[in-house]
Amino acid sequence: MSQGTLQIRKISGHPGPVPGANVERAEQVCKMIDTTTCIGCKACEVACLEWNGYSFSETHFDNSYQTMPETQWNYWNLIKFNEHERDDGSMMLLMRKDQCMHCADPGCLRACPADGAIVQYSNGIVDFQQQNCIGCGYCVSGCPFDIPKFNPTTKKMFKCTLCSDRVSEGLEPACIKACPTGCLHFGTKDDMVGIAEGRAKQLRDHFGFDKAGVYDPPGVGGTGVIYVLHDATNPEAYGGLPKDPHVPLMVRLWKGPAKWIGNLAMAGGILGVALHYLRFGPKIVREQEDKERRDDRGGRP
Amino acid sequence: MIVVDPRFTRTAATADLFCQIRAGADIAFLGGMIKYAIDNNRIAKDYLVNYTNAAFIVKDGFKLPDDGLYSGFDPATQVYDKSTWNYQEGGDMSHAAAAAIVSAPALAAASNRPEPRGSESGEDPQQANQGGPQTPGGHGQGYQGASPAGAKATESAKPTPMLPPNVAYDLTLQHPRSVFQLLKQQYSRYTPEMVERITGIPKDQFLKAADLYTSIRKDGDMKKAGTVIYAVGWTQHTFGTQIIRTAAMLQLIMGNVGRAGGGVNALRGHSNIQGATDMGGVFDIWPGYLKVPNPADVDLKTYLKRITPTPSKPNNWDSFNYWSNTPKFAVSYLKAMYGDAATKDNDFAFQYMPKIDRNYSWTQLWDNMYRGKVQGMFAFGMNGVAIGPDSQKNIDALKKADWLVVGEIYPDETSEFWRSPGISADDAKNIQTTVYRLPCAGFAEKDGSMTNSSRWVQWKNIALPTPGYARLDQDIVAQIFLRVRALYQSEGGKFPDPILNLTWKYTDPQHPSLSELAKEYNGKALSDLTDPKTQQVIKTGQQLPGFAWLKDDGTTSCGIWIYCGCWTEAGPQLARRGTEDPSGLGIYQNWAWSWPANRRVLYNRASCDPSGKPWDPDRKQVWWNEATQTWVGNDVPDFKADSNPKDHMGPFIMNPEGVGRIFGPLAAFADGPFPEHYEPFESPITNPLHPNQQTNPVVKKFTTPADKYGTTKDGFNIICTTYRLTEHYHYWTKNNPMNVQLIPEPFVEIPVELANDLGIKGGDNVKVTSARSYYVAKAFVTKRIKPMTVDGKMVYQIGIPIHQGYRGIQEDADRNARTIVNRLSPTVTDPNAYTPEFKGFLVKLEKA
Repeated sequence: MSQGTLQIRKISGHPGPVPGANVERAEQVCKMIDTTTCIGCKACEVACLEWNGYSFSETHFDNSYQTMPETQWNYWNLIKFNEHERDDGSMMLLMRKDQCMHCADPGCLRACPADGAIVQYSNGIVDFQQQNCIGCGYCVSGCPFDIPKFNPTTKKMFKCTLCSDRVSEGLEPACIKACPTGCLHFGTKDDMVGIAEGRAKQLRDHFGFDKAGVYDPPGVGGTGVIYVLHDATNPEAYGGLPKDPHVPLMVRLWKGPAKWIGNLAMAGGILGVALHYLRFGPKIVREQEDKERRDDRGGRP
Repeated sequence: MIVVDPRFTRTAATADLFCQIRAGADIAFLGGMIKYAIDNNRIAKDYLVNYTNAAFIVKDGFKLPDDGLYSGFDPATQVYDKSTWNYQEGGDMSHAAAAAIVSAPALAAASNRPEPRGSESGEDPQQANQGGPQTPGGHGQGYQGASPAGAKATESAKPTPMLPPNVAYDLTLQHPRSVFQLLKQQYSRYTPEMVERITGIPKDQFLKAADLYTSIRKDGDMKKAGTVIYAVGWTQHTFGTQIIRTAAMLQLIMGNVGRAGGGVNALRGHSNIQGATDMGGVFDIWPGYLKVPNPADVDLKTYLKRITPTPSKPNNWDSFNYWSNTPKFAVSYLKAMYGDAATKDNDFAFQYMPKIDRNYSWTQLWDNMYRGKVQGMFAFGMNGVAIGPDSQKNIDALKKADWLVVGEIYPDETSEFWRSPGISADDAKNIQTTVYRLPCAGFAEKDGSMTNSSRWVQWKNIALPTPGYARLDQDIVAQIFLRVRALYQSEGGKFPDPILNLTWKYTDPQHPSLSELAKEYNGKALSDLTDPKTQQVIKTGQQLPGFAWLKDDGTTSCGIWIYCGCWTEAGPQLARRGTEDPSGLGIYQNWAWSWPANRRVLYNRASCDPSGKPWDPDRKQVWWNEATQTWVGNDVPDFKADSNPKDHMGPFIMNPEGVGRIFGPLAAFADGPFPEHYEPFESPITNPLHPNQQTNPVVKKFTTPADKYGTTKDGFNIICTTYRLTEHYHYWTKNNPMNVQLIPEPFVEIPVELANDLGIKGGDNVKVTSARSYYVAKAFVTKRIKPMTVDGKMVYQIGIPIHQGYRGIQEDADRNARTIVNRLSPTVTDPNAYTPEFKGFLVKLEKA
């Protein structure tokens, strides 16, 4: 989407070095979501739809304020509502803005076999390039957050772009702009982690949330979207946020060791052929056999 | 942040403490808070004594409502004789008080009146200057406290009692009939146990909330301020006005009014509701909260005398009594209305203005139409059928009307009332009402000002042209007016003058621009004016810089006195966009313009101690500058600029007392000088405070066959409350795909326990039935509404968002039952503001 203006750091399914990598340095961008001050108004959902040009699709009531059960290929930003009872019987209504986490180590990108279908810009944004997408859906298996979604009409994958088109022009993502409570922040990763840690400390020190903390899972190398949670030890309560997400083993094996084993096997094969040649020399076709073949082809040499 | 609500809302999710309250039990909760603050000495003592009427002595004969009734109730007419709801005349009574306390019986009605010392009586020079007796009805009720002039006028045959100019007081607050002692006594019954019985909030949780809120006044500390924020649901009870008042009283005793971060703040249902009220969009006020004339106001002099208050205060205190300028505001308003046709000789065209002889409030209008007494209606910017109460009654009323004009941007339940469920095609043929539907402009297609709850008058520009045949509202009104005027010109009529003489000097009379209107309501000089102190001159025709320039001799014109200063010779102040905030208090002095006089916090004199120093030296709003002998500050002082603190002028300059009213005297309120807990009109329990006085004794109920009220005996056992959702804006958003997608279907929020009892699962269709009608939607089974124990009885509450009806995207696609929530709500209203009881009525619930 923003290949023209943003510097690419990683490319899916691409052999060799990333063109222009390390030529220029960009700040790591990050979205900070304070779930403790979110009121679930869904302004971010509407802003996301409007900025990205998606329109109305029919939804159904499902015993919740939640717009739909999961994000969709054309609905990238969803507040997940969870009624949660604490041990003392008091209620909590946990509201978490669900979208692509923009992992530093993106499982989707690792899993993707199509050259250039998924890129990671040097500012950390992980972006799908639909013109290169082959619709294989491998990115789904690579994502620990169940984010990439398939458009059955175009047979391409879609997800939140962290408004890479806005960010490349120096604007904040649309969801950030629309948030009325200020629970959404956008800036450099360092700044956002600082604000998030400060808020978590405030929650621990002054508001009785002893387990408050920041969600920035190291299993995926940290994320470009981080959360402040009332209870960082129980992210699952926030609508299935994985406690310790990792790029799935199969993807890691496949694109990691397995890839090298494959390469090794390939190299081994070539080496074997060479050794075979050296050991046994070229294959000699005997006179009689050669003649028979020529006869089969109608006597031509 | 403490959230008190019948449901655990999304706002509650961010709160430090949540209390689930029974709908309609708010006065008990707040009354309990007042008691807690007093008992634990978490009150602002100096503020209380100097800035409120706590020290004022109440008249002998006044009785607190231990049995549910204040003194003066007439059961036959169901109104109060309020003559005992008044202050005692006299001076300092602190010495006499000491003797009186010993013998004071439980009731304040006891006749232990000590002799007023009376030494100061009649000696106040200011009183002498004011001259004459108190004007009847001059109780200066502040900006918002417009009383129902017409209704009250008809009920009072005998002369209206007056506030005494020289009020008896006891600064020690010990006198048994001092407002403070009466307050203490009134809420002594609101114990934590009683609060639990009435509200359903467990005692320990209530105490936690009371402790947390009042902790800002621990050990006499005055630095912090606390605020009370409410949405209009608080007003929608048969005692709604008194709920807000209880909050105001709590804020007064805690010294939270006039302070940045304090006050009682309404979150209103529309971005310009404040503006609509300021403009006089209520039947009993003129623009700027001037009271409407009634038939007894035979001429301008009589009218002005009735509505202009005179001071009522302890003799050695001072009172600005700003409403004493009422004649200037009223005459300037008449000049704005009638221009050259308003002259001194014709009472400035006072006789052209309608006199209100009865209650024309919302519910009353629909009731009158239902009774066949109202033939037609203009419905602009509101969906009267969906608003209710008792939407079916409103639909049946419209069937009887001759005509209906609707100005809207979408078809709605009102403009297509014949599409309501239950009206067949054949029935529809028999409806004779002619409906004129006028396509109006949307908010982005108009310019003009919007006024928010902080009174910021903010100008906006046009973003888009009106589509198709749509017209700006002011163009529609202008063209109707010009045609009506032409008819009067050609045909005459009973009284054509008010129409023929109305000022209509707009550049294009067919299309008045809103900037011209804004300049008109700001006001201008009609002849050269000179300030006697500064010698500043305003030339004829120039915009006025502020309401201090207004005159009662016809030399100024001003549409709304409180807006004077919003569009001056320096340009449109309301369009300013300065974002600087040097004090860091969030004052933003240069952002738009705030009425009155660009003051951002009303009564900000109260942010200082009596000597004129800020309570919190780190958060200075205004202060007394000894060197210049004036009030200065980060905000515009809402006070007489040169009033030395030594003169003890009260900060509440709109009250004739100069101080905040803990006791609301005389006709300030229809139902009592202090708020008292009464049960909602439909309630599952007997009033624990006084079983013989269940509901507000002066509640207004209605008597047509449509007005049915339910009881637990008839099986209506569940409390129902209504509300809007964050995703919705009135009824418009039914037509916006985005909003429809966010909340795809109507639902009823039901506690898990109740759902289990009835075998209801989330997503099942349920039918809610009240004594009026029924509503069908899907069940939202939730843990966020818990069953409650109220007065020892298990009670369930359910909640229904109001939004859907029979016109809109979902409705047109047959995706819901097309019923309207307000078919359920009762036609019964608050006696002060006439707001219907949309919250806390009784229903039955079943699987549909």
